[in-house]
Amino acid sequence: MPLTSADFAAIWLTLQLASITTALLLLLGTPLAWWLARTRSWLKAPIGALVALPLVLPPTVIGFYLLVAMGPQGPVGALTQSLGLGTLPFTFTGLVIGSLFYSLPFVVQPIQNAFEAIGTRPLEVAATLRAGPLDRFFHVALPLARPGLVTASVLGFAHTIGEFGVVLMIGGNIPDQTRVVSVQIFNHVEAMEYAQAHWLAAGMLVFSFAILLTLQRRGRVGARAIS
Amino acid sequence: MLEARFSLSLDSFTLDVELQLPAHGVTALFGPSGSGKTTLLRCMAGLEHPPQGQLTLNGECWQDSQRGVFVAPHQRAIGYVFQESSLFDHLRVEDNLLFGFKRIAAGERRIRLNQAIELLGIEHLLARMPALLSGGERQRVGIARALLTSPSLLLMDEPLSALDAQRKAEVLPYLQRLPGELQIPIIYVSHAIDEVAQLADHMVLLENGQALASGELNTLLPRLDLPLAQGDNAGVVINGLVTHYDADYQLLSLQLPNSQLSILVAHQPIAPGQQLRLRVQARDVSLSLSQPEHSSILNLLPAQVVELAAADNPAHLLVRLDLQGTPLLARITRYSSEQLGLYPGQPIWAQIKSVALLG
Repeated sequence: MPLTSADFAAIWLTLQLASITTALLLLLGTPLAWWLARTRSWLKAPIGALVALPLVLPPTVIGFYLLVAMGPQGPVGALTQSLGLGTLPFTFTGLVIGSLFYSLPFVVQPIQNAFEAIGTRPLEVAATLRAGPLDRFFHVALPLARPGLVTASVLGFAHTIGEFGVVLMIGGNIPDQTRVVSVQIFNHVEAMEYAQAHWLAAGMLVFSFAILLTLQRRGRVGARAIS
Repeated sequence: MLEARFSLSLDSFTLDVELQLPAHGVTALFGPSGSGKTTLLRCMAGLEHPPQGQLTLNGECWQDSQRGVFVAPHQRAIGYVFQESSLFDHLRVEDNLLFGFKRIAAGERRIRLNQAIELLGIEHLLARMPALLSGGERQRVGIARALLTSPSLLLMDEPLSALDAQRKAEVLPYLQRLPGELQIPIIYVSHAIDEVAQLADHMVLLENGQALASGELNTLLPRLDLPLAQGDNAGVVINGLVTHYDADYQLLSLQLPNSQLSILVAHQPIAPGQQLRLRVQARDVSLSLSQPEHSSILNLLPAQVVELAAADNPAHLLVRLDLQGTPLLARITRYSSEQLGLYPGQPIWAQIKSVALLG
């Protein structure tokens, strides 16, 4: 087998990071998407733009500000230190936080689109059938938005796996802590180990292609969810 | 008694109504598009929250803006049937039916699942997904689903308008059965006078967000001062009592209320003693000063001219007649009126060319 144990460690870490990030994003992103889909507040536009920012910003910019915020002098860093948690940069937790920002639009936007496509009618119907607000959300809105939730999970997971710039800025290159596959590929190339780099790079390529192919087959174009 | 008072502005539209409606039978909210029918219905359901409003059904208050009372839609004992059947696409028909049923207390379930299924004839659809149903089937499931919340008020927003003529004819008999089978007052929004004539007992005439008139169908339809009397579909609805069936000629005799007069209709046999609803359109009634003889028209009835009014078409004139207490409308030409010298109080013969039996 051409992959080293360090490679496997990187793959394992990457899968952990992507799973945790996706789960957290579904938990936090769904209420946010619901709010964005339903609100008439003037805050909708600025919040929507903030959510979309990671689509256009260089990951190094996100990483840089997170590094500053979570560092010893930053507000988040001050908070975590006062709680006795130390600082988050160059830890796995820090990496999860960075990934949450980095992959946020890839999860929120498909869910928001799905909620918007449902419209108000099914919820009004549910209200006339005695369903209260939470009941309507869990038994009508969520089931009807299922395709959007699936798309969001897949895109969130895939996008987190491909993360590099943010990781480098706030995670560095610590084995078993922050050394994910994309960083490991970079290491191999730096060390002129092109064969090793190929195995991991090709693996990523096949994985990403397979995911997008699945989404296309479902009639859900990734690009639509992202746009 | 259903007492409703709403005042609401939406964009350029203003709804301002105060109504007292019977808490039984079918009340039609009738009017052209944009007259506020659906908005009024949504206010009753609580789907709109008018800043000024009051709604009480048999003493139970659902909204009173002066006391700050607003009961949320899901806490009102209403059933709502939407214009396009809004079945939940992610649930089978049976689970759609049970959606509301499961959410009311067992003690409040006055309508059983089997009863609703039988009433709407949807037994064979239970296992299907909504996407596989026809428009008429979807609407019947939607009605059954609303009934299964055992509502104390059933609100229907043009349930037939999204259907083609054939589907309409399929669903209409089910709607006609509802009031007889269930003791639930129904508010029925429609812009089709033929639906109203078939279903409603009471009606509210809406125009530009205002209620022009509210009353028994039998008293509103013959009124010449309302826009109802204008147009090609003007006419009256008469409740007739089946007294006799002539099997030889296949003619049904229906006696007019509180009178000796009868109307004959070619029809299949119906047992005597039944009350049936007839519709006579103004354009199908002509007038004669003397008793017509040698006529092929079956129904020639002695009447009295009550009132004359201009029609929207200047060539025509509308005449309100009295058939021993039953009002009738005739649309004749202004020329004929002058030839006959019509005046209120004049005895006259009404010739009814066609009668529709509405069941």
